[in-house]
Amino acid sequence: MKNIWVVFKREVQAYFLTPLAYVFIFIFLILSMSLCFVFGRFLEGEDASLDYTFFQFHPWLFMVLGPAIGMRLWSEENREGTIELLLTMPISTWQAIIGKFLAACLVLVSALAMTFPVILTVNYLGDPDGGKIFSGYLGSLLVGSASIALTCLVSAFTRSQVICLVVSVVLCFFLVLIGSPQLLEFLRNIPATGLLETLRLAALEIADGFSLMSHGGRLFGGVLRLDTAVFFAAFISFCLYATSVVIRSKRA
Amino acid sequence: MIEVIRLSKQFGPKLAVDNISFSVAKGEVLGFLGPNGAGKSTTMRMITGFIPPTRGTVTVGGHDIQKAPIQAKAKIGYLPENAPLYSDMTVESFLRFTAELRGITGAAQKSAVNKAIEICFLEKVARQSLDTLSKGFRHRTCLAQSIVHDPEVLILDEPTDGLDPNQKQEVRNLIRRLGATKTVIFSTHILEEVEAVCSRAIIIDQGKVVADGTPDELKRRASRAGAVKVRIRGLAGSGILSELEKLPHAVSVETIESGDSLFVGRVFPKKSAIDGTLAGEIYQFAAGRQLQLQELAVDEGRLDEMFREITVQVRS
Ligand SMILES: Nc1ncnc2c1ncn2[C@@H]1O[C@H](COP(=O)(O)OP(=O)(O)OP(=O)(O)O)[C@@H](O)[C@H]1O
Ligand SMILES: [Mg+2]
Repeated sequence: MKNIWVVFKREVQAYFLTPLAYVFIFIFLILSMSLCFVFGRFLEGEDASLDYTFFQFHPWLFMVLGPAIGMRLWSEENREGTIELLLTMPISTWQAIIGKFLAACLVLVSALAMTFPVILTVNYLGDPDGGKIFSGYLGSLLVGSASIALTCLVSAFTRSQVICLVVSVVLCFFLVLIGSPQLLEFLRNIPATGLLETLRLAALEIADGFSLMSHGGRLFGGVLRLDTAVFFAAFISFCLYATSVVIRSKRA
Repeated sequence: MIEVIRLSKQFGPKLAVDNISFSVAKGEVLGFLGPNGAGKSTTMRMITGFIPPTRGTVTVGGHDIQKAPIQAKAKIGYLPENAPLYSDMTVESFLRFTAELRGITGAAQKSAVNKAIEICFLEKVARQSLDTLSKGFRHRTCLAQSIVHDPEVLILDEPTDGLDPNQKQEVRNLIRRLGATKTVIFSTHILEEVEAVCSRAIIIDQGKVVADGTPDELKRRASRAGAVKVRIRGLAGSGILSELEKLPHAVSVETIESGDSLFVGRVFPKKSAIDGTLAGEIYQFAAGRQLQLQELAVDEGRLDEMFREITVQVRS
């Protein structure tokens, strides 16, 4: 625990004592607010709910911004050689991984916290459902941390932040896209019979089951389900575990 | 303190470290020598637990680095090759971070960091950001990191690389001082350094240990070690040469200069006579024949010579 905390502290310093975290938070705020007010037709909306006007855009933002925060986690260690220092300290690899992951998540949490004007506005305009807003934030946080966890895994493979960014964005894009309502709709409407029908159903099932968008979307809509929790917990743990495997096998 | 047993490391088709065994006791300073790519850094990385060995075991202070890595690593201070650092930190915050990872907190941390800064002469740059430091200062900061927790074992990969002559001297003194109470392994390409600080040296070539001994023992392995350089006047060179060859403990004689009444050359002793016996015989010979002995010097052997001979021999 203590070791996680020490690594966490150092990484948080690396984010917040350099412009990195502020640039990220600034970009996230600009984009999420403008999407909310311009495309979400936030002010014209009938109800005071935020799921379609605000949270719905977050997976698309985190698809790029998650990798942007996470790309330095291990690729920087690989490039500078500091991984040799870190991993010869009396700490375990998983402690280092979790410390780093949590630090990146803190940047995400700070960014989400800075969106509080949106909450103030809906409260001013109407009488929003507090539980739904909470679950929306939870969903957004989970989608964001999932993309950071995936980026953490990718960054363990490479010493180049750029490669890590590009690969992670592509992977996250894919994971968001397969659950987008448009794609699911398309899959549902393909006319097919026999084997193709089974394939179509399987694809639908997989797309829905693995997408950050579908699982996040449920939370945005205020639906708290066990399988959503299991999905995010499993996704993040898998990515972090795989990171340790990659880090170990790279040196073997 | 450190036991390395039949250690090997395979990188794809390349056997970088090939069945190395040695042990280092407390109070020993072991120098690691060898040509570029010999496997010195790879061996050190396995000892510090950074890379797992393909075969073999390493124990540090009784703890197997594979089976009990945390306990073993806690005993080690390590300076990796090229002295990597987190360049977004300052010297002080970096040292505080490494001390904290070593479990040193509060007031103890403050004094440990200050002491390391003092020992490595970093006072002037303590608050400077690491990415603005010069190479030597970066190296010293990383060295400070390795001693901040006063470890029992120090593994230093080229600790004097990139330092100015004064600092090289300081680091040598430091290693010697620490070596009295700790176990130190350090690698270097500077052979004088080995003579100056090591109590023992190991030469590695192509992944194998090709020599292991005290610097004096190793020096004596040079082919010229024990050879007696002479300069004798008073007889034709060829005559002196044939007389020298007849000496009981001489094996061969190498001529450097030979004239009407001068001979300069080197007399090589038999294996049993690398002490002063041969020199004595030469003196007696010259005195007996009333020759003028102008020079008589026993070659101590030189490390660089021995190093070249040993590492070239392996090649062929
Ligand atoms: N990660 C790796 N993958 C593949 N080969 C490697 C790896 N690390 C080292 N090697 C190879 O292993 C051999 C030993 O390298 P090592 O760095 O231990 O040499 P060294 O003795 O430290 O040399 P130098 O004096 O140049 O520092 C080299 O041939 C090197 O190319
Ligand atoms: Mg090396």
